Amino acid sequence: MMKSLSLRNNLVGYTFISPFVIGFLIFTLIPAAASLYFSFTDYDLLSAPNWIGLENYTSMFTSDDRYMQSLKVTMLYVFLGVPLRLIFALFVAMILNTTSKAVGLYRTVYYLPSIIGGSVAVSIMWRNLFGDQGVINVMLNSIGIDSVRWFGDPNAALFMLVTLSVWQFGSSMLIFLAGLKNIPTELYEASGVDGAGFFTKFFRITLPMLTPIILFNLIMQLISAFMTFVPAYIISKGEGGPLDGTLLYSLYLFRQAFVFFDMGYASAMAWVMLIIVGVLTAAVFATSKLWVHYETEGGR
Amino acid sequence: MILKKFKWPIYHIFVGLLAIVMVYPVIWLLMSSFKPSNLIFTTSSSLIPDPWIWSNYVTGWIGSSGQSFMSFITNSLKIVIFSTIGAVLSSAFIAFGFARLQFKGRAIWFAVMMVTLMLPHDVVLVPQYIMFSKLGWIGTISPIVVPQYFGVPFFIFLMVQFIRTIPREMDEAATIDGVGKFGLFLRIILPLIIPALATASIFSFYWRWEDLMGPLLYLNKPSSYTVSLGLKMFLDSESVSNWGAMFAMSIVSLIPVLGVFFLFQRYIVEGISTSGLK
Repeated sequence: MMKSLSLRNNLVGYTFISPFVIGFLIFTLIPAAASLYFSFTDYDLLSAPNWIGLENYTSMFTSDDRYMQSLKVTMLYVFLGVPLRLIFALFVAMILNTTSKAVGLYRTVYYLPSIIGGSVAVSIMWRNLFGDQGVINVMLNSIGIDSVRWFGDPNAALFMLVTLSVWQFGSSMLIFLAGLKNIPTELYEASGVDGAGFFTKFFRITLPMLTPIILFNLIMQLISAFMTFVPAYIISKGEGGPLDGTLLYSLYLFRQAFVFFDMGYASAMAWVMLIIVGVLTAAVFATSKLWVHYETEGGR
Repeated sequence: MILKKFKWPIYHIFVGLLAIVMVYPVIWLLMSSFKPSNLIFTTSSSLIPDPWIWSNYVTGWIGSSGQSFMSFITNSLKIVIFSTIGAVLSSAFIAFGFARLQFKGRAIWFAVMMVTLMLPHDVVLVPQYIMFSKLGWIGTISPIVVPQYFGVPFFIFLMVQFIRTIPREMDEAATIDGVGKFGLFLRIILPLIIPALATASIFSFYWRWEDLMGPLLYLNKPSSYTVSLGLKMFLDSESVSNWGAMFAMSIVSLIPVLGVFFLFQRYIVEGISTSGLK
């Protein structure tokens, strides 16, 4: 009796999650395994994959300067963009964490860029804001700075991408805002009685209480920043220029796969990316014991 | 907290100015779309179009490569609607299994789903492309739409969180009344998680409407291009310098996104705050 009951439970349970299980096998597990296999081959889609061992991996780090460039650009993009975005998100969340009636309106306006940010239209807009005669240069001129040729200098071009990413701090801001609202006001009141100033409160209460949320935001933003594709693709018109200055990892991978049809190399690149993202995430988790403060109950 | 040091007017001036800086690019795009193409950059510091013209919208709407912008919108909507139906319903079905049913291996599969949620899509990009091309799906919307019918990890996670807030007494009462698990899902849980379904629908709409990679890989005829690809075509033919039309159609492509945002803001804000959806 018990046995048939648990069998029935298992049957019903797996019926409900079966779409996920089947989808996972077909669209994730099998492709991931195939991708691992391709990464050890030379494969151009037309002829059968040809086993070449580790050659894709070794040539990435020894003979492909563009790969190293794309790795460098991506690292710069991630390690500049993500902290800036999070700091900005936290800053805005803090100033919006008030009882003012206008906060709803401000929150909407600050979140607006994030809701449209992934679209081609916004990348086109950004490209033109930074044009030779674009608004950014006009503003620079008005405060006495010479125009920058944003599409002439690889570093300037990457800066465009970073600013576009920082501009879209909205989701992190909303998550911080929710976190700030969960901090018990008694904590602030008690420390106020003890005579703590703004900075003491910020570093002793706000920041420690938010660390679980900072960890969550940091990891989500790291992963998504690594996979950024659309802005680089649109702003550089698919080339990653100037001088590979905007050749983000996903864009170079896309070009290897679907412009040069080097499927083996692109697959190897994808696996290296997975390892980098995995190691980074693990590293963040490992250090989190040192800086993330969990309440005895709850926490995220 | 910070406010005790600032006076309210100063606070509003500061926050207001920052807000203007934030939306300025969008306003610039909007106003530029009413300027003649040859004046957009020579007058880029002025927001007021002089003369104010509508013709950019007319030329933009005619489109390029013989496809009107209307056809891009129709194609995008087709993908959005079919994808969203599949993504939301399948995710709700799966989420019910994870949130309410006891079965062997549930914890493992839930962990698998959470890993999938963080997996960079690039890893499966090439084999998926090969698989879909072997199936003869290149040039159709199937590679974009069909996977959505197998659940979207973000939505499953969101809905599991939501279902867990529903008291289990509801389930027990229904079970005593002789309702089976499917009935419980359809008649009790599904109506109660409508807010989560709404949030998931909105995000599904956004992701599919703005998607570039999928259409770029799988749609090869201009007649099946989506709005994203249509805009990219404008950009590719930018040598003609028809900025005005490109800007006008960029605005058109943002209208549904903004419309949904203003109508359903509450669901969006709650969805992000509770699940970290992006």
